[in-house]
Amino acid sequence: MEEMSKKDRMKIPRQKMPEQDSFERSSNFDEVNLGFTEELARMEALRCIQCPKPSCTTGCPVGVKIRDFIELVSKGDYLAAAAKIKEDNALPAVCGRVCPQEEQCESVCILGKKGESVGIGRLERFVADYERNTSGIRTPEVKAKTGKKVAIVGSGPAGLSCAGDLIQMGHDVTVFEALHEIGGVLVYGIPQFRLPKEIVKAEVEALTKLGVDFQTNSIIGFTDTVDELFSNGYDAVFIAVGAGLPYFLNIPGENLNGVYSSNEFLTRVNLMKAYKFPEYDTPVFNCKDKNVAVFGGGNTAMDAVRTAKRLGAKKAYIIYRRSEVELPARKEEVHHAKQEGVEFLVLENPIEFIGENGWLKQVKLQKMELGEPDASGRRRPVAVEGSEHLMDIDMAVVAIGNGSNPIIQKTTPDIEYNKRGNIVADDITMKTSKKGVFAGGDIVTGGATVILAMGAGRKAAKAIDSYLSNKEIW
Amino acid sequence: MYKIKHAEFLAPNIKKFIIEAPKIAQKRRAGQFVIIRVKDGGERIPLTIADSSLEDNTITIIVQGVGKTTKELNSLSSGDFIQDVVGPLGKPSHIEHFGTAVSIGGGVGTAIAYPIAVALKQAGNHTISIVGGRSKEFVILEDELKKVCDEVYPTTDDGSYGFHGFVTQKLKELIDSGTKVDFVLAIGPIPMMKAVAETTRPYGIKTVVSLNPIMVDGTGMCGGCRATVDNKTVFVCVDGPEFDAHKVDFSLLEQRNRTYRTDEQLALEKHECRMNNLH
Ligand SMILES: Cc1cc2nc3c(=O)[nH]c(=O)nc-3n(C[C@H](O)[C@H](O)[C@H](O)COP(=O)(O)OP(=O)(O)OC[C@H]3O[C@@H](n4cnc5c(N)ncnc54)[C@H](O)[C@@H]3O)c2cc1C
Ligand SMILES: Cc1cc2nc3c(=O)[nH]c(=O)nc-3n(C[C@H](O)[C@H](O)[C@H](O)COP(=O)(O)OP(=O)(O)OC[C@H]3O[C@@H](n4cnc5c(N)ncnc54)[C@H](O)[C@@H]3O)c2cc1C
Ligand code: SF4
Ligand code: SF4
Ligand code: FES
Repeated sequence: MEEMSKKDRMKIPRQKMPEQDSFERSSNFDEVNLGFTEELARMEALRCIQCPKPSCTTGCPVGVKIRDFIELVSKGDYLAAAAKIKEDNALPAVCGRVCPQEEQCESVCILGKKGESVGIGRLERFVADYERNTSGIRTPEVKAKTGKKVAIVGSGPAGLSCAGDLIQMGHDVTVFEALHEIGGVLVYGIPQFRLPKEIVKAEVEALTKLGVDFQTNSIIGFTDTVDELFSNGYDAVFIAVGAGLPYFLNIPGENLNGVYSSNEFLTRVNLMKAYKFPEYDTPVFNCKDKNVAVFGGGNTAMDAVRTAKRLGAKKAYIIYRRSEVELPARKEEVHHAKQEGVEFLVLENPIEFIGENGWLKQVKLQKMELGEPDASGRRRPVAVEGSEHLMDIDMAVVAIGNGSNPIIQKTTPDIEYNKRGNIVADDITMKTSKKGVFAGGDIVTGGATVILAMGAGRKAAKAIDSYLSNKEIW
Repeated sequence: MYKIKHAEFLAPNIKKFIIEAPKIAQKRRAGQFVIIRVKDGGERIPLTIADSSLEDNTITIIVQGVGKTTKELNSLSSGDFIQDVVGPLGKPSHIEHFGTAVSIGGGVGTAIAYPIAVALKQAGNHTISIVGGRSKEFVILEDELKKVCDEVYPTTDDGSYGFHGFVTQKLKELIDSGTKVDFVLAIGPIPMMKAVAETTRPYGIKTVVSLNPIMVDGTGMCGGCRATVDNKTVFVCVDGPEFDAHKVDFSLLEQRNRTYRTDEQLALEKHECRMNNLH
């Protein structure tokens, strides 16, 4: 592409992400976004004005060198761009797809002040896909073996990124995963239509090639305890078990058939592939021509409701107790859900599930209004007296968040936990109160984001490396 | 992959498997279970660890073929492999010296009760076993139980063997004939567990049952296995599987286990159709 002046470049409109037609996609599980072509990517990259002091990077939790990788894209050197991103982000194909960019990097891009910010996430995704589809994920140099062994507990983004760094530093790494597949929420929670499982698989294969040993079906606490990992010869342990305890609403009727936690619903569909039942053995509630209500307003709720739609639901509702502006889900997910025909009922709160012969038939809702801001700064929803009303539904998914799974806490009581059961870890080193044990990701922060979990994994890797070379950590 | 070292039918449709699983063999205690996936694409199903051997690094499971997955599992033989086996899961049984302990197994429930009966005996209890079955061929593990228990009473619904009648009738007979029963453990079909709970309730005998809800992960992550005990919601896979029989809401358990009835039927028909085509 010939040189363009800065002024001309600023005239280029933000390039649209090609996507599957909304009608067609609402009945299949293929990825919604189709990704940039090379032309679109270079056009979008040209929009970046290469700020001398790029603000975008300050918005990225791990400080990806956004300006530099975008420059490489505009020159067509996509592989170098991929390498540049990977200096800070181990999972760009994932983050390019699922980061809440409009609140992070893109929210502070200078172009956003007057018009539309650069499509950083879309470019990140393009670059990572390009690398994977052309040369394969490149396997970096691995340092000479140190003879030290690290156990990583949990194979979500925190565990995977920590494993990737430690293996390159020359340590032996074993990842223990409770489920039969590797990837954490990336495989059991986030659906295929948003994050194809093949992408996670490719990352895992690349790590296997580097020498990471993956042990599935291993629940630390039960199969081996953290202390036993040390007696089995591991020199350090990184705990990255995520936030895996579903919250329920604690209202009458919640144990009726047809009421699911989002974890169960999404696990059945994603991990166990219930959307292909009976080709795959695991069933899930048959949503065909049924009315489905999902309670909550985050990414998980959007994933659940869009999944129900794809399983054939006649009506699929999001029921949320605050107003639409407070919806915590990514804007893109809300937008996509609406395009697919999901209906949003806001300022409504469920107070009872009503059934017939054990099956869910109705939900009793109460209208809410917004009162004073609460501790989170959002206006607190208050119930409107006498506003109870009934709504017919056949299936409900409760997607109001996750607490921390107590297995590690019960079996390793000598680590410090906070009141909510999260592990207390140092911000910089991720060390816990127990010598040799580090922790990061959702188990420390509570349910957060992929990029934060990934960042925590890398911080831990750095500190574990220091610890293993006898530097003072504790 | 987990190797099946030995497999044999104990009764029509009930098969015993000895599987190589060194870690689980070392760790497991009475009352705990594993979750298995027979093959890729298969369902995760919970099965109790009936026994284990430290010398051979194996665990024993005893499986009744009731649906697609259990029937598929029961078609495997020694030398075959199981895709996934994870455990040990659930809380171990609470074992103490109660005095006289009666362990009741109905059908394949006997397999689940067996390791607990062994542990009760080891804790110094006078241990009585009641082994129920529809007819003679469904009474399982009688010889094994005889080796560890002080008294063993087989019962059959049709009177083809042992005591003629339900396990609850035998239990009541024992109590009324003056046996001082301090503890009852009952494992089997839900109606049987419910009936045992009602039998012991008037006598105030501590009674424990092992619940069998539908599970997915077995680690407390999905909440699919929830049940109501003492008017509170519990996750059976991590809070149980054993609970105070007098506080369990059995109807809810029965209701929730019906969730996938039609789908299960479909999966089974498809499976059997495929099996028949092979012959
Ligand atoms: C449905 C859904 C949608 C989401 N969408 C987004 C999104 O769009 N963008 C975004 O940034 N974030 C999103 N998130 C949040 C994000 O996925 C998480 O913050 C992130 O995955 C946390 O990573 P982690 O490595 O800490 O843990 P996880 O990904 O939760 O992985 C933990 C792993 O540890 C395993 N484990 C647990 N206990 C044990 C044990 N005792 N022994 C061995 N293994 C164990 C678990 O099985 C699991 O595989 C979403 C979350 C959900 C549930
Ligand atoms: C903690 C625990 C321990 C268990 N231990 C054993 C054991 O040692 N041996 C054994 O044979 N079985 C055991 N079970 C039951 C076993 O898990 C089920 O029989 C199995 O999941 C059925 O799977 P399927 O695909 O073959 O049948 P499906 O097609 O799923 O079901 C067929 C029939 O069985 C019923 N069913 C479904 N799931 C269960 C369930 N979890 N429990 C009982 N009935 C169910 C259905 O309602 C249906 O009527 C245990 C269950 C639990 C929860
Ligand atoms: S990792 Fe996420 S926040 Fe950082 S640059 Fe990439 S998309 Fe933006
Ligand atoms: S702030 Fe925006 S325009 Fe500036 S370097 Fe970053 S992406 Fe480019
Ligand atoms: S089986 Fe998922 S929580 Fe018990």
